[in-house]
Amino acid sequence: MTEPNKRAAASAAVDPAPAPESKPKRSSEDASLWMDAWRSLRRNPWFVISAILLLVLITMALFPQLFTDQNPRECPLSRSRQDPSAEHWFGTDIQGCDYYSRVIYGARNSMAVGAIVSLTILGIGIVLGLLSGFFGRWIDALIMRITDLIFAIPYILGALVFLAVQQDRGVREVAFILILFTWPTMARLMRSSVLAVINNEYVMAARALGAGPFTIMRRHILPNSLGPVVGYAAVYTGVIIGAEATLTFLGVGLQLPSISWGLQLNDAQGYLQQMPHLLVFPLIFVGLTVFAFTTMGEALRDALDPKSKKR
Amino acid sequence: MTGYIIRRLLQFIPVVIAATLIVYAMVFLMPGDPIRALAGDRPMSPQVQEALREQYNLNDPFLVQYAKYMWGVFTQADFGTTFQGRPVLDMIQQGLPITLTLAAVAFCFQAVIGIIAGILAAVFRDSFIDRLIQVSLVIVVALPTLAIAFLLQLTFGLNLGWFPIAGNREGMVSYILPGIVLAAVSTGIVARMLRSELIEALQSDYVRTATAKGMKRSRVVTRHALRNSLIPVVTFLGADLATMMGGAIVVESVFNLPGLGGQVFRSIQAQENTVVVGIVTLFVLFYVVINLLVDLLYAVLDPRIRYD
Repeated sequence: MTEPNKRAAASAAVDPAPAPESKPKRSSEDASLWMDAWRSLRRNPWFVISAILLLVLITMALFPQLFTDQNPRECPLSRSRQDPSAEHWFGTDIQGCDYYSRVIYGARNSMAVGAIVSLTILGIGIVLGLLSGFFGRWIDALIMRITDLIFAIPYILGALVFLAVQQDRGVREVAFILILFTWPTMARLMRSSVLAVINNEYVMAARALGAGPFTIMRRHILPNSLGPVVGYAAVYTGVIIGAEATLTFLGVGLQLPSISWGLQLNDAQGYLQQMPHLLVFPLIFVGLTVFAFTTMGEALRDALDPKSKKR
Repeated sequence: MTGYIIRRLLQFIPVVIAATLIVYAMVFLMPGDPIRALAGDRPMSPQVQEALREQYNLNDPFLVQYAKYMWGVFTQADFGTTFQGRPVLDMIQQGLPITLTLAAVAFCFQAVIGIIAGILAAVFRDSFIDRLIQVSLVIVVALPTLAIAFLLQLTFGLNLGWFPIAGNREGMVSYILPGIVLAAVSTGIVARMLRSELIEALQSDYVRTATAKGMKRSRVVTRHALRNSLIPVVTFLGADLATMMGGAIVVESVFNLPGLGGQVFRSIQAQENTVVVGIVTLFVLFYVVINLLVDLLYAVLDPRIRYD
């Protein structure tokens, strides 16, 4: 498969090696994991950059009217294919639509797919990973074999085959397919975090005190194994937005009349030589969005996963 | 070791069967009648239609169709024929060298650039070079493949005119940009991994001993520290090769390379079911075999790991 698993594989290989210099500082105060994370995040320039970017991009997705007063669906053919100007900052496309407003309005669909998919797979991953890691035995074997199976099919390929059959493809269909093919990474990551904490003394103590399996999971295991998956969910949002743009670009994602960066890229590829700006502008926005989520996620993961602190 | 290999091979069987079955089901339960589509506007007699259906096993129940197909693939490497009568194996033989060339270029790129960047960053830790490499890695890893592809096409293909941007007419040169695109994210990951591994190794006791013996710094790094740090990197590179097939679909479509990835994409759109299933089966096999090899390689490289 592609990016998602690569990233997971990379971290799996890096994580088990706690760098010698990462000594817990200020042992006097016993701040919680999340407070500690927040403290180190504030000092991480990548986190600050990506947080500001994300704030702008999310505002753009929720309230595109704030950024442009042009109507992206008003497309007089008389102004087709204009270069960027003071009136139309990004020029106009083949249909004569104002390209700046098209690009701004495109944020919504990408963000929607990214948010739906990553939140859902975060939920699925947490539940299945927890069950798998905690109960072991046949539950574990069953869930892990299913993940093996899905890993063997490249997700772009699976999505292509599934989506090519659909007549009407909207945010819902694209999100569903991406969920189907990306949840295994989350489940495996969660499982490995659960396995890392399950043999700790406090779990044993809880067991000895007679706590039931669900109490142990909720009170002791969940809070201590959540860090890595939360970080990855953010990285994933970026990956998913990239995947949505790619699928739409390939012609099996969102369809007209939806406004989407992938559709704009697809359109613009045909005029690469004559009007490269049609390609460049949506590309910058896809790039920035994916960059912001990925960087934010990696900063989060470094902060929430004490073992991966390298600096 | 032999026991481990046999066990792993046995574990593959359900994965391969289930994965191909899913793809087969997805493709063959697609709406539309391929025989009708083949006839187009021309009238086709019911007898001919019936004969064609019989020839392509379309009358059998789904599971029987699947079993017949897989039997052909594994016993006589028969990947079926397209509805126009062209053997799918023929198409695979045509596309495979192109995809493998692409994968090889990408592999070289990520191994060479990733390892050099990782070594430089670790050896000159916290220097300007290290900072520069780290910043570029954050950006490369975070950009979507599609964006990298178009950026390279625009700058090196169109503006500078150094490399062709579509097709493979010009030989190896045409594989350079697609190779870089396919390798980009992994190059970043390799460099990061090697940096953190090497930094750790350089602080270990055996490196201090080697330095204390009066060994030159370059020799300490290459002979002692690097050897150990490369183990996870090599296994990552191997595992990554298995995942490249997915990336090849996108890259070959953007750069118009007539390889297997582009072929499978076109076949999905043309509803050429046998081609899709054939190539996907090949991808799945490729994936499981590479993963086994990587696990075995891991044991060879790292003497601490024993499979029993």
